[in-house]
Amino acid sequence: MIKIGLERYRSSLLSALSALIGLGAWEIAGRVPISFAFPTFLESMQALWVLLMDGSLFKAYAETLKPLILGVFISGVLGVVIGVGIGLSEKFDWLASPIFVVMQTAPLAALIPLLVIAYGIGLTSKVFVVCIMAMPVIVLNTAGAVRNTPASIVEMGQSFLGSRAQIIYKIIIPAASPIIFAGLRLGVSAGFIGAILAELKITPTGIGDIITYSRSTADYPSMYAAIFSIIVLAVIFLNVLEKIEVLLFGRVNAKYAAD
Amino acid sequence: MTVESQTADHAVSVRSICKNYGNVEALRDMSLDFPRGQLTSLLGPSGCGKTTLLKIIAGLLPANSGEVLINGKPVNAPGPDRAFVFQDFALLPWASVLRNVAFGLELRNVAKSEREAIAEKYIANVGLKGFESSYPHELSGGMRQRVGLARALSVNAEVLLMDEPFSAVDEQTRRKFQEDLLDLVKNENKTFIFVTHSIEEAVYVSDQIAILLPRPSRVSEIIRPSGFRHKAVDSIRRDSEYLDIVDRIWASLRTYVQ
Repeated sequence: MIKIGLERYRSSLLSALSALIGLGAWEIAGRVPISFAFPTFLESMQALWVLLMDGSLFKAYAETLKPLILGVFISGVLGVVIGVGIGLSEKFDWLASPIFVVMQTAPLAALIPLLVIAYGIGLTSKVFVVCIMAMPVIVLNTAGAVRNTPASIVEMGQSFLGSRAQIIYKIIIPAASPIIFAGLRLGVSAGFIGAILAELKITPTGIGDIITYSRSTADYPSMYAAIFSIIVLAVIFLNVLEKIEVLLFGRVNAKYAAD
Repeated sequence: MTVESQTADHAVSVRSICKNYGNVEALRDMSLDFPRGQLTSLLGPSGCGKTTLLKIIAGLLPANSGEVLINGKPVNAPGPDRAFVFQDFALLPWASVLRNVAFGLELRNVAKSEREAIAEKYIANVGLKGFESSYPHELSGGMRQRVGLARALSVNAEVLLMDEPFSAVDEQTRRKFQEDLLDLVKNENKTFIFVTHSIEEAVYVSDQIAILLPRPSRVSEIIRPSGFRHKAVDSIRRDSEYLDIVDRIWASLRTYVQ
């Protein structure tokens, strides 16, 4: 127990150290300065404080989170379902896989004008951008994981009289879950990028608005404060996702994946 | 001995089984009987189709023609009358020993308390008491296969199909397993079908050994050791009949081994 406690302590110490080095480097780079447009860490934090205090950051997130949460939610649910379908059925694979390969490789920024023509400048287009960023990696990871379920545990399920549904829910999905969650983590990160991209490329709202506006007024500390806040939010979101994984599949998941 | 084998009651029979993988003929017109309450080994060199035959009996693979009879009735899918022990154990890595052993019953929708009571009994039977809440990655290879065995026992099937169950465990563990298997055959009153590529293992544990030869796959000989079957487990390997049979089998197999 003591050893485990120490290890946990050490790993959080290492994370803190890594953050310190990163932020320290930022501070130094800002002070040198590497560019007139690159503020120091402390200036950015000051700007962040101002944005927090006057409430504009919260107002911005109320806007940004709409397409983000909606898009990530749709991508997560639909992505896992479609991925499982692709993994289980060769015909479905043949039908659906190309769409996601195209989605993953297409230059999204160049396609955004098309989306705007089709769906306008509202929420729909932004949700689409988030989904196009997030879904392919979720679908393709899930499909790969399902397809690579060890044949012998599926055979085991058959020989002990499992129904097709039981084999899918009790064997294939739990077996694929570590990689499905790895895909979800990558997908969520991509979704965050998509949400900001949508706000920069379609109409400046929310965090995208803060970034665009503060850049146009040369208020670089505010711009970097907004970028910093989105990264912090993404890290928090990924941690929540990890907690959900542990809640659903237990701690063993991570362990046997490494085994 | 001969009279007994003719009148013996067969738990499993296969009749004229043919199986092709594309153009490759895996089994040709294979017929074989498995006497009730006894252990029959399928022994042969690689590629002789012994695992294929076992999986056809299990209902995991379809045969191209021929039939599998369990208690005289043809079957073509897995059933409650057969349980399988896998070469690579086929345990669920995310499930505890208890859940793994109870998993066969879980798939049959047996209530949780009931299936766990049954599982606990068989976990104790195979010597894993105290490991109920361990996970497979915390166990040795031998212990993992004991979990696989307990799972197969807990569904209480008449026929136990074992696909090279000891090939992935170390030599000493394997010997212990073989001794335990003899007790199991004696006490459980089940029919065992046991695939192995080890001649010594087959002769040591079997009531009946079917020698399978490849190209085309066929049953070349059926041997029924009789003299040492009731001896103590530790004197079997010094028995002269045991040694003779091992030699005889090797003589007939050696030309097929590359």
